[in-house]
Order: sequence, then C-alpha cells, then structure tokens
Amino acid sequence: MSSVHLKNIVKRFGSFTAVHPTDLEIPEGHFVTLLGPSGCGKTTNLRMIAGLLDPTEGEILIGGRRVNEVPIHKRNLGIVFQNYALFPHKTVAQNVAFGLHYRDVPKSEIPGKVAAALELVQLPDVGERYPKALSGGQQQRIALARAIVTEPDVLLLDEPLSALDANLREDMRVELKRIQDKIGVTTVFVTHDQSEALAMSDKIVVMSAGRVEQMGTPEEVYNTPASEFVANFLGASNILDATCRDVSGGTAQLEAPLFGAFGVPAAKAGGVSPGPARMVLRAEKLLIQPPGTTAEGQVQAEARIETVDYQGQTVRYFLRVGDTQLQAINMIDERPFEEGAAVTAGFRPQDCAALPVEAPR
Amino acid sequence: MTGLGWHLIRGYAILVYLFMFLPVAVVVLLSFNASQFGSFPMTGFSFRWFVELANNDAILRAFRTSIILGLLTALISTTLGVLASLALVRYRVPGANLVSTLLIAPILVPEVVLAVALLLFLNFLGINKSFTLLLFGHVIFTLPFVILVVQARLVAIRRDVEEAAMSLGASPIQTFFQITLPLMLPAVLAGALFAFTISFDDITGTLFWKPGGVETVPTQIFAMLRNSISPEINALGTVMIVMTVGLPLLGAAIARTLSKKSGL
Repeated sequence: MSSVHLKNIVKRFGSFTAVHPTDLEIPEGHFVTLLGPSGCGKTTNLRMIAGLLDPTEGEILIGGRRVNEVPIHKRNLGIVFQNYALFPHKTVAQNVAFGLHYRDVPKSEIPGKVAAALELVQLPDVGERYPKALSGGQQQRIALARAIVTEPDVLLLDEPLSALDANLREDMRVELKRIQDKIGVTTVFVTHDQSEALAMSDKIVVMSAGRVEQMGTPEEVYNTPASEFVANFLGASNILDATCRDVSGGTAQLEAPLFGAFGVPAAKAGGVSPGPARMVLRAEKLLIQPPGTTAEGQVQAEARIETVDYQGQTVRYFLRVGDTQLQAINMIDERPFEEGAAVTAGFRPQDCAALPVEAPR
Repeated sequence: MTGLGWHLIRGYAILVYLFMFLPVAVVVLLSFNASQFGSFPMTGFSFRWFVELANNDAILRAFRTSIILGLLTALISTTLGVLASLALVRYRVPGANLVSTLLIAPILVPEVVLAVALLLFLNFLGINKSFTLLLFGHVIFTLPFVILVVQARLVAIRRDVEEAAMSLGASPIQTFFQITLPLMLPAVLAGALFAFTISFDDITGTLFWKPGGVETVPTQIFAMLRNSISPEINALGTVMIVMTVGLPLLGAAIARTLSKKSGL
C-alpha cells in the first residue's frame, strides 16, 4: 500500500495537450475517483500512473519513490479494465495465480492465496472454469481477484463497471467498495458516472478538458461546486445570473432577477465578491408547491410547469419563471403536478451556492 | 419451375466439380493400376508403383529436399511473419502502410516475374545459385500468407489483455510467450502450414532458383514427364495430393481443438 503523487504532470500528444499541469496527491489507503466526461484526461492520468503512458513533464511518485523510469511490470500494481481483460486461454484459477508467479511467492502457497482471493469476491467454486463460461459480472469479479491477490501498492480501476448491466453495476459498486475497505488498498477509480463517484469515493477529482476542476469529498463536490462545469456534471443544476451586494458576517447577499434578494452562506459562495455573480441551485433543492403556498424562510417565485418527466419515485419538472426555464427534481407526494399548472417554486437560501462569473474559455 | 431450376443448378454445380476434380481422381485411380501403362482400362489393383517409388533414389532424394525446404521455409517465414505482424499491429512503425504493402506484394507479382527478377538480381550481385538462395526465394513468396493470417488474428487480440499481464508483473517478453503467442497460436500454425504447402508445391520459382543437381518433388516430376509418362508419376502425384491436402486439413483440425480448449 502506498500513496500516489502526480507532481506537476503534463501529457501532450503531438500538439494536443491531454493533461494540463496537474498536481494530485492520493493518500495511502484512500479511494480517489477521477470523474469527468470522455476526453477529459482521466484515463490518461490513470495510464500514466500505471506506466502505460509516459508523462511529457512532471513526476509520478508511488510511496514517495519516483517511478517515471520504472516499467509497468515492476510497479506492483493491480489494474481492472473496463472489458475485464481476462486471459481467455487460462482457467479462472490460472488467471488469478498469474501475478503470483512473478513475485516471490512459494509455489506451495499459490493455491491457498488463489482460493482466498476467489472467496473474497464470492466466487469460490469457479476456479476450474474458463472465463468464457462466466457472466460479465463474474468475469469482472475474477479480474478484481486477479488484481488484488498480489497485494499491489495501488489498485487502478479503469471504468470497471461500465460494461455491466444497470442492476449488476449497483451490486458491483457495493461489492467493490466492501472489498476495498477490507483490504485498504490505495485505489484510483476512473469513471464518467457521477453516481458511482459519489457512492464510492473518499475523494472525487472532477476533470474537464485536461484540467482538474475540483477536488474534494463527495459532499463538498456535490454541495459546493467550484465551477459551473462541476455544478452541471454532478446532477442537474439551475445556474442563473445574480448580483452580489455584499459579503459580510458569514453571508453573501445575492439578488437574482427571478427570486429577489436573499443571503447565501459565505462558505457556499467562495470567491464571490460584490458585483455580478452566478447562483447555483440544484434541481432537487427547488421545491414545487401549490400556488400561494407560503413557507418560513423560503425564497419563492411564481412559475408554470411546462414538462413533467415522471420517474416513479421522483418527478422532474421543467418550469418557466418569467422567461427563464428551470428544472426541479422532487419526491412525489401522491401525484405530480400537471403540465401547464401554475405553482409556487421555492428554495431555502442555504441550499443555494454562488460562483464568481467565469471568464469565457 | 423453381424445383426444376434448383435441379439444374445442382446438376451444373456437380459438373463444375467433376471438371475440377476428375483429373485428380484419375491420377489417384491410375496410381493403383497394375498395368505398365498409365492409362485405362485398368488391368488390376496394385501398390507396385508405390513400392517402386519407395525404391527410386532420385525421387526419395527429391522428397527429402522438398520436405527440408518446406520445413525451413515454414520456420523462417513464420518467425519473420510473426515478428513483422507484431511490429505492424502493436507498434507505431513509420510508413507502416508502405511496409505492409511491400510485404504483401510478392502475392500480387506474377511468380515468373518474381523468379526472373530474383535471378537477375543475384547475377548482378555475382552470387551463385545455392540451396540457401532457393530457400530465400521460397521465404519471399510464402511470407505474405503468414503475415496476412497472423495479422488478422493479432488485430483481434485485445491490447488490454497484454497490459493486464504486464501490470501483474510479466515483462514484455514473458507477456508475449504467456499471453500473445498462445492466443495467436492457431493463426501461427495455419501460417506455417500455408508456408509449408506452398513451398512444397512450388515449381515456377523453384525451376529458376534451384542449383544444378538439386531437385524438389515438383521439379522431379517435371523432369520425369519430359522422358515418358510413367505410372510412377501417378503414384507420386497421389502422395503429393495426400500431403498438400491432408496436412492443412490436419492443421485445421488441430487449430479447432486448440481454440475449443481455450474457449475462444
């Protein structure tokens, strides 16, 4: 087990910069997720840690040791790939035992270690089968067993759940987290799926276009997005123009054309100074209520529902306030409002965050 | 009408096959003819021509030459073909397309042209004909077949399987022998068989390139035909057919068993 440190890493492919200068520290035993859309550089970072790509600039440290010149097979890693990458010509047991043959493990101990790894992934009885005979979820468990049986310093997960069915994906998510907790290995997880990232990570690194947008715990990233990109990528957000009147006493006073004046906790308005600003309101925090509802401490506006996207447990409304379209995701209380209904949309000021206006990129 | 149409098509197909294989069947049939003359009607069933074949030193020598030549051709072609395919598929080679086209080109150039060209080239260099050069000639025109077969297979082997092996501690060379080679083994064997049978069968290039006194089976048959049509030739032809048809079939069967075992 070791920490991982990407020190001012840069990766260019010809004239294209895949990863802009990035500094990333992953403490020992942590589960860190690199989250972002495809092409954001998350996989490039993972492959540089793995030694499958060389950084153009900067250093990679594993356990404090520079590994830039260390080839992949000497880095003591475990990698789980999106498409399992099991060896089709070897049995499951031979697959799991593969890495042990390249380490100083006495031959007599190999079967025991293989059995323990298969036990850990809850597939103790498939050792004699070939990978082809297993389902996708089972294959991915075997791939995980193969990656951890060697007790790697770092476990790298490259979209390991993306090839699985939706139901299976959620089971595997829980399973993966359980196993990681149990063995406590430093883990770098790459995904484009925000719910996987939120559910599993100690820390999330949100990336976009080769840059780190935000680094923080799932709650921090979700509740106090550092940029409009993060606010939009993790869940659905309403991002509106606003004006900041004053920041004092732990509160930032905002004024928005649709909702009037209200105060946002300064902790959720990092970097905002008096002048133009942006307000970020998560769709789940915008409550849709019968017209004329008044609620203590709520900032409200009259709205009209345009589209109802019924999802069983929740409903997603697209509504119009003045000439602005907003979205709201609410739990369903009996039955949803109908399309065209006049409603009162409101939110608690402390649920709103504020961002400085971003310079166009 | 449709019924009749199908019957016509079926009959026509049978005629085509007869046209293609009847001469071969005649050779095989006549090789068992007891008569002195290699023609119909057959006078009886006998293995005498095969026995005579086995006692003919020139033919035995030609067989030995052909087999050694074929095996060496297969070995060299397969080794070079596998290495070339690996380079072209797995690494960024400058001008990979051009290299690929050049390697395949010997198939496209008529064999006579290739044969004469190589001969002229050797003359130009002042090198005499030898068994080694004959071998090189065979390697040149069997190499494309190996490359085509192996490349097709290699493209289908996912890179991440090799990456997984390396991440688990196998060096690139260990990864090749543990993972890549076993996975492409059916194609490698098929390529080797191709190379062997093509070399074993070849006459055009061999006639141009062989040094004096060296005969392969096809050139030996060719030489014998110039004198007379002996029933021995029929027997020899039968043996050739068995080798060049039987070997690939055997190879295909082995490849199928191998890949079934690995569940591919």
